Amino acid sequence: MLSVDKRYRYIYKPVVFVASLTPAAYLAAGAFEIFGLSLGPDPVAHLLHSCGKTALNFLLITLLVTPVRRLTGFTHLLRLRRMLGLFAFFYVVSHFLVYLVFDQVLDLRAVLQDIAKRPYITLGFTALLILIPLAVTSTHKMMRRLGRRWQRLHQLIYVAAILGVWHYYWQVKRDVREPLLYIFMLAVLLGYRIVVRWQARRRVTSKSGSATAPERI
Amino acid sequence: MSRRAWLAGALAGGAAAALPAARAADAPSQGLKYTLNRQYSVTEKPNSFEDITSYNNFYEFGTDKSDPKANAHTLRPRPWSVTVAGEAEVTGTYHFEDILKLQPLEERIYRFRCVEAWSMVIPWVGFPLGTFLQRFKPTSRAKYVAFTTLFDPQQMPGERDSILEWPYVEGLRMDEAMHPLTLLVVGLYGQVLPNQDGAPLRLIVPWKYGFKGIKSIVKIAFVERQPPTTWNIAAPNEYGFYANVNPHVDHPRWSQATERRIGGGFFSRQATLMFNGYDKEVAGLYRGMDLRRYF
Repeated sequence: MLSVDKRYRYIYKPVVFVASLTPAAYLAAGAFEIFGLSLGPDPVAHLLHSCGKTALNFLLITLLVTPVRRLTGFTHLLRLRRMLGLFAFFYVVSHFLVYLVFDQVLDLRAVLQDIAKRPYITLGFTALLILIPLAVTSTHKMMRRLGRRWQRLHQLIYVAAILGVWHYYWQVKRDVREPLLYIFMLAVLLGYRIVVRWQARRRVTSKSGSATAPERI
Repeated sequence: MSRRAWLAGALAGGAAAALPAARAADAPSQGLKYTLNRQYSVTEKPNSFEDITSYNNFYEFGTDKSDPKANAHTLRPRPWSVTVAGEAEVTGTYHFEDILKLQPLEERIYRFRCVEAWSMVIPWVGFPLGTFLQRFKPTSRAKYVAFTTLFDPQQMPGERDSILEWPYVEGLRMDEAMHPLTLLVVGLYGQVLPNQDGAPLRLIVPWKYGFKGIKSIVKIAFVERQPPTTWNIAAPNEYGFYANVNPHVDHPRWSQATERRIGGGFFSRQATLMFNGYDKEVAGLYRGMDLRRYF
């Protein structure tokens, strides 16, 4: 029977890694039209939309880790969160590259104009920028180097998630049902944390003289 | 017995269930007799039949681009009637087959530009709206033409959702309706128009955004005042009455300066042309008009 460490290193992480690559593999197969797959009549729009949604999905999954941990006691899920977060970053970058290279055919001026003049793109680009320092500081070494500040920095994931979902909502032409679903899911995941914090704060103030800090989320 | 009489008889006898469940999108279509109108056709290569019939905005059948092809089989384009009403000497309700007999059909290869900033080139088959409308002798009070789509949630399940106000309505100024480019369309690639493209009768106004091309028309009315149009009702700051293709007037949320050409592969972005390339033919209609204000 393998130890938890070994199970995560040799089984769970590789499985999650491969599973996380399947959306990209699926799109690549469609792009090269193998296995009878295709990206449809508007391949660039399809790629853009798929990468964007997959990025949001991964962002939401990373935000699920803490509530699931606290509610089920599966504390080791935390070990997967970095990989899932980096995949979110991977799909966000892919989404942006599809936009830059295929949709805007590397017209940098047009892209800069879009970022400046189209609010939904300003939001999306800002979300991408926020994820860069998070990706760069995702290593254990960085965690140790930054200490307490790492935690504060990585709370920016909440801002990135809000901007990402808002970007989707403002991008859609008319049928806002799916963006609203994402807004709802994000609201639940963030609302959970707010509630936990309130409860922790109430516990601290009710115990006079207690030195307990609010629990790290 | 003529095919039409048989069809009418079979439906009248309630034998509709005995007819093969015609998924009109896939069923072999009847060829139409038409001649190519070279004067009004572009020389660019048209999009494939597959693209034109599988990538559609037709919210009456769902909001995904692939929904109309998947769902439009519930539409019954025959028998079909069109009511002509309003400020005209001649009005009434006409069978679609009788409308078809009124004038010869032309094929016109038009550019098509969606407000979402993608475009196609499509070989429509139809007849000019202007010559059709003149038969009804519109009076001097007819300043606009208003169009209405079928309202029947049984046939068009998307009409059960309130994504847009139903039935879909559109309108043109009288001179736009009379313009030789404005087409009432009954076919595509020489075949009867597939359901998902707006069977059996739709409008095409190639210098305007595609949403002006109202589909599955049941009513055409001559009216005095500018009629309501569905997308303008849904978002008045984003979709105007005129909806002329104009690279200098952006949609509030995205640029209209360029478009993605469907079927153009991965690097298909191209510049959008003023009036979708029909500048020479239609610019005169809008001389002196502030196109930013009247978008």
